[in-house]
Amino acid sequence: MNVLDIKNLTVEFPGRKSVFVAVDDVDMSVEAGKILGVVGESGAGKSTVGNAVIGLLQEPGHIAGGEIFLHGKRIDQLPYKDKRLLRGRKIGMIFQDPLTSLDPLQTVESQLVETIRTHMPFSGNEARKRAVELIDAVGIPDPEERIKQYPHQFSGGMRQRVVIALALCAEPELVIADEPTTALDVSIQAQILELMKKLCEERNVAMLVITHDMGVIADITDHVAVMYHGELVEYGETTQVLGAPKHPYTQSLISAVPRPDIRVERFPVVNYIEKAGTPQKQIDISTHWLGKSRDYEKVEGPLVQIRGLDMRFETRGSIFPSRRKYFQAVKKVSFDIQEGETFGLVGESGSGKSTIARLVTGLYQPSGGSILFGKTELTSLKNRKDVLAMRRQMQMIFQDPYSSLNARMRVRDIIAEPIKFHKLASGNSEVRQIVDDLLDHVGLGVAAGQKFPHEFSGGQRQRISIARALATRPRFLICDEPTSALDVSIQAQILNLLKDLQEELGLTMLFISHDLAVIRQMCNRIGVMRHGELCEVSGCDQLFEAPQHAYTRELLELMPSMELLSRANLESA
Amino acid sequence: MPYVSNEDAKVDEQTAPGRLTKILDSDMFHSFLRSKVTVVAACGTLFLFLLALLAPWVAPHNPFDLASISIMDARVPPVWMEYSDPRFLLGTDDQGRDLLSGIFYGMRISLIVGFCSVAAAAVLGITLGLVAGYMGGRVDAVIMRIADVQLTFPAILIALLIDGIAAGVFGSIDREIFAFYILIVSLSLSFWVQYARTVRGSTMVEKNKEYVQAARVIGIPSAIIMARHILPNVMGPVMVIATINLALAIVTEATLSFLGVGMPPTQPSLGTLIAIGNDFLYSGEWWIAIFPGLALALLVLNVNLLGDWLRDALNPKLR
Amino acid sequence: MIGFATRRLLQAMIVMLVVALLAFTMFRFVGDPVNQMVGIETSIEEREALRERLGLNDPIPVQFFRFVTQAAQFNFGTSYQFRQPVSDLFAKRIPATLELSFTSALFALVVGIPMGIYAGLNRESAVSKLFLSVSLIGISLPTFFIGILLIFLFSVTLQWLPSFGRGEVVPVGSWWTTGFLTVSGLKALILPSITLGLYQMTLIMRLIRAEMLEVIRTDYIKFARARGLPDRLVNFRHALKNTLVPVITITGLQLGAIIAFATITETVFQWPGMGLMFLQAVQNVDIPIMSAYLLLTAFLFVAINFIVDILYFFIDPRLRVGRP
Repeated sequence: MNVLDIKNLTVEFPGRKSVFVAVDDVDMSVEAGKILGVVGESGAGKSTVGNAVIGLLQEPGHIAGGEIFLHGKRIDQLPYKDKRLLRGRKIGMIFQDPLTSLDPLQTVESQLVETIRTHMPFSGNEARKRAVELIDAVGIPDPEERIKQYPHQFSGGMRQRVVIALALCAEPELVIADEPTTALDVSIQAQILELMKKLCEERNVAMLVITHDMGVIADITDHVAVMYHGELVEYGETTQVLGAPKHPYTQSLISAVPRPDIRVERFPVVNYIEKAGTPQKQIDISTHWLGKSRDYEKVEGPLVQIRGLDMRFETRGSIFPSRRKYFQAVKKVSFDIQEGETFGLVGESGSGKSTIARLVTGLYQPSGGSILFGKTELTSLKNRKDVLAMRRQMQMIFQDPYSSLNARMRVRDIIAEPIKFHKLASGNSEVRQIVDDLLDHVGLGVAAGQKFPHEFSGGQRQRISIARALATRPRFLICDEPTSALDVSIQAQILNLLKDLQEELGLTMLFISHDLAVIRQMCNRIGVMRHGELCEVSGCDQLFEAPQHAYTRELLELMPSMELLSRANLESA
Repeated sequence: MPYVSNEDAKVDEQTAPGRLTKILDSDMFHSFLRSKVTVVAACGTLFLFLLALLAPWVAPHNPFDLASISIMDARVPPVWMEYSDPRFLLGTDDQGRDLLSGIFYGMRISLIVGFCSVAAAAVLGITLGLVAGYMGGRVDAVIMRIADVQLTFPAILIALLIDGIAAGVFGSIDREIFAFYILIVSLSLSFWVQYARTVRGSTMVEKNKEYVQAARVIGIPSAIIMARHILPNVMGPVMVIATINLALAIVTEATLSFLGVGMPPTQPSLGTLIAIGNDFLYSGEWWIAIFPGLALALLVLNVNLLGDWLRDALNPKLR
Repeated sequence: MIGFATRRLLQAMIVMLVVALLAFTMFRFVGDPVNQMVGIETSIEEREALRERLGLNDPIPVQFFRFVTQAAQFNFGTSYQFRQPVSDLFAKRIPATLELSFTSALFALVVGIPMGIYAGLNRESAVSKLFLSVSLIGISLPTFFIGILLIFLFSVTLQWLPSFGRGEVVPVGSWWTTGFLTVSGLKALILPSITLGLYQMTLIMRLIRAEMLEVIRTDYIKFARARGLPDRLVNFRHALKNTLVPVITITGLQLGAIIAFATITETVFQWPGMGLMFLQAVQNVDIPIMSAYLLLTAFLFVAINFIVDILYFFIDPRLRVGRP
């Protein structure tokens, strides 16, 4: 018998101008001991399904139609008080961000005990005993000790274990996990997923896992529901749906997922959500303004040479030098980047990879070591004119498309700013022409220029960022997690665009990502970072096929397997 | 086979709607219309501002025209009471000046002082807040320590101290001439901290955003980054503070004038009028103090209502 | 804990030193202290002798050091107006101001906090909206005008309560006098403390409401609801406790402000406290009283802030226990 049955569920959010249908006539069900994955890109309505089941829809959202059954009993129409009794008792919930899910002012024990005692007729001591057992069950060592601590004393992965323990307090029949591993590093993600799968089988709990990540789906789910714009487009056994998708959306979504085991020349174009922009007007790079970036003086040997780079941040200031405390973000890192290649840096959060990008661009001053760009030593540049000349040659594309553009400036002014500042064009009409060409070239079209950033989607904004970076005619482009905030289908388009631009303009790139699969698609050579140190530098194929360093091997093993996923449309490079 | 939909990364060529249509269609304007209290407050504020601005033309009498005032008309009650005079709607004060006209003129002075001190405080506070937030380190520490010391004293106390010092420096005769400027200096010196702290806080958030880093990567100097990139993005909360501060400045000015260290009786603001009337409260001539007080309360209430709405409308978390 | 407290104490002392510098500058350079102390007929020689005796010819840092040491022993010089030691004048008036401030603070907290919690938890209810409207009128009415209205209503028209003074006071100990022990003293306290506390009460209420609304939107409150905890636990154990940190800061500042705002209330009600004396000092450019008042309020403020910081330490475990 199914634990959860959702029939014809429709959720609406009435707005000022129209009613937004977040979930449109959706059916799905979960059995005990099984995991159902709900997958989709942003705006698909997948989280809304979870919130509707547990009865925590954000105002003014409400269930406009359909029925939700728990063990055959209808629960969507229960009064507020009875719904509350279901929460925690029958349905447990796991949220995305373990750092904000726990009350910072209460110990883990008191949060567990209050939940247990709310739902079960336990005395204080019995509840405490059960709390320790739960903490032990989710794999936190020294449960007796740790349980007395406050949330801030736990790491992100450990906090997510606490959250899972809290969800399991009252032996619920159903657990809803909303992006449970999105905020975590790959290695922690693997552990948490394994724990969830184990608990689900041991305790015979039905689980609803909401995620955007095909890897998570492939790893742990038994069934999968694919959602798009509030509708359920495909539903079935995971192996079936991923291996032989029927619906065109599922097909294109799966083909856009970067694979760690195969390198493609270009991603198949996914046109379901947002058409990949193509240049509206062909410009001849050999004569156009933009093409002049190829005129930089050739350098002998590597373009960028980094030697013994060190960076430490003060974490506790004091007037006495001996009492100051530091965090060593980058330790003695050395590598070269050849002209025209894409060098990848990969590592988990806090490994120092983004710090390196900021050191190279001069946003941070290094504590030691040298950065040689061509023949110029960047760390000792004093003269403002020389600094500007260097700044012009290297540009950066940032991670978050929502914060990387000034919301108060028109797109045209955003792109024109570097051109005007570096006086790369004569007169306003030329600037304007260049801006129009750049907008066309990144696939946005000229009309985009007079709008403000908030009128664009994440992918379009990332194109604006790219156009701005190109506006100084750089020869060296640093991409710091350029696609990690984007949906997979958009990610595929942006990666394609970056590849095209690099080829046309002969750009040298430093490509930073936490995602090995993306790195594999983009880079010629790869450096693996951990705790501020560079563990290994290898050629792309060599790294994936014959990793040298133990840490690299560990990372590769922990990656979710994509073997289930269909390979239609993929051409190997 | 890629599935092709109608949506397109390329931006529609259709002409962008005009600025006015955009404003009329914005969520903010709708939230304004939805809150009836706010609409009333906006109309009320506008009406009072106009009365103050046009005082020389709309006031029935000129209270500064010595020729037209007669001591015979002193302390005439409002028209609905016994012994009233139809020329004076709300009665007269102790020197026979028409109270209604006095209120219009007094409101004018209160508003001028309010606006000037809010503007001065905002300029000072925004500049220091931007610099402190953007530069960080020692500059920040110094500016914020000054702000901390400043916070140790409430506005009213700072204003009183400055006034006392000014009296010590200028002597009490010149104090009357400089009263207006002393008021503005003391009010703006006591209000700048709020702007500085808010702007500093938002600047520290904004400066870590990637658009600022992008500008730095381009090579744009700090001063331009602060002025062109950060400033427009931190103005939202500043508008809220400025509105609420205008109300506070009017109240503080009135309080100082009431305490006898603000505007002198020769240039009476609302606070001065209340101070004059306070002496007659016990002898039953209540209107001389109460009417200017009500006018003051009405003015401040309207401005506060606007500020309250603005704060909620600009707070994305409360949508 | 000790390190934390020492650091805060050090910061507090720096603030006090800066304030002392301000007070000293005022004391020393606004007007000539000698001119204020002698008559017009005093000869230049006599003035010079007085200067020397007062140490006004010593190097400025020496004078500042002397000023600070003397201030630390409650020696603030002699009032220009009253020709009496400033510390004696203050000692006579401190009980009046502190009793008034204490009563108003109590009123502001006891009424403001429950109203704020209620309005934060029941955002849409009619009572909350009423509270909000009343509070807006509360912050829009200037303190002195509230005082005038109360006097007009309860003293002049109804003649229920006195409009000025402290009523009958009883000495307690060697120098303290209290109005808490007599009927007329208590009656005299009602109007001034409402006048003084009303503004702080509305501020505290609005602040708690705003913080409550903010905390209720956090993930951990959503998660607490998703765990099925009853509303009482969610609201009081989780939400309220988390709003305390910012609320305590501002409340601390506001309580400090009460002492300064007492100036206004004391003027309206002719309350024989420090504020009234300070105002007269401002009007008569009595610099020693002004600088002493400056130091005294700053000290109270810094002391309150220090206590607030220590309170944080007990509320927020993130300050108390470090990461592993």
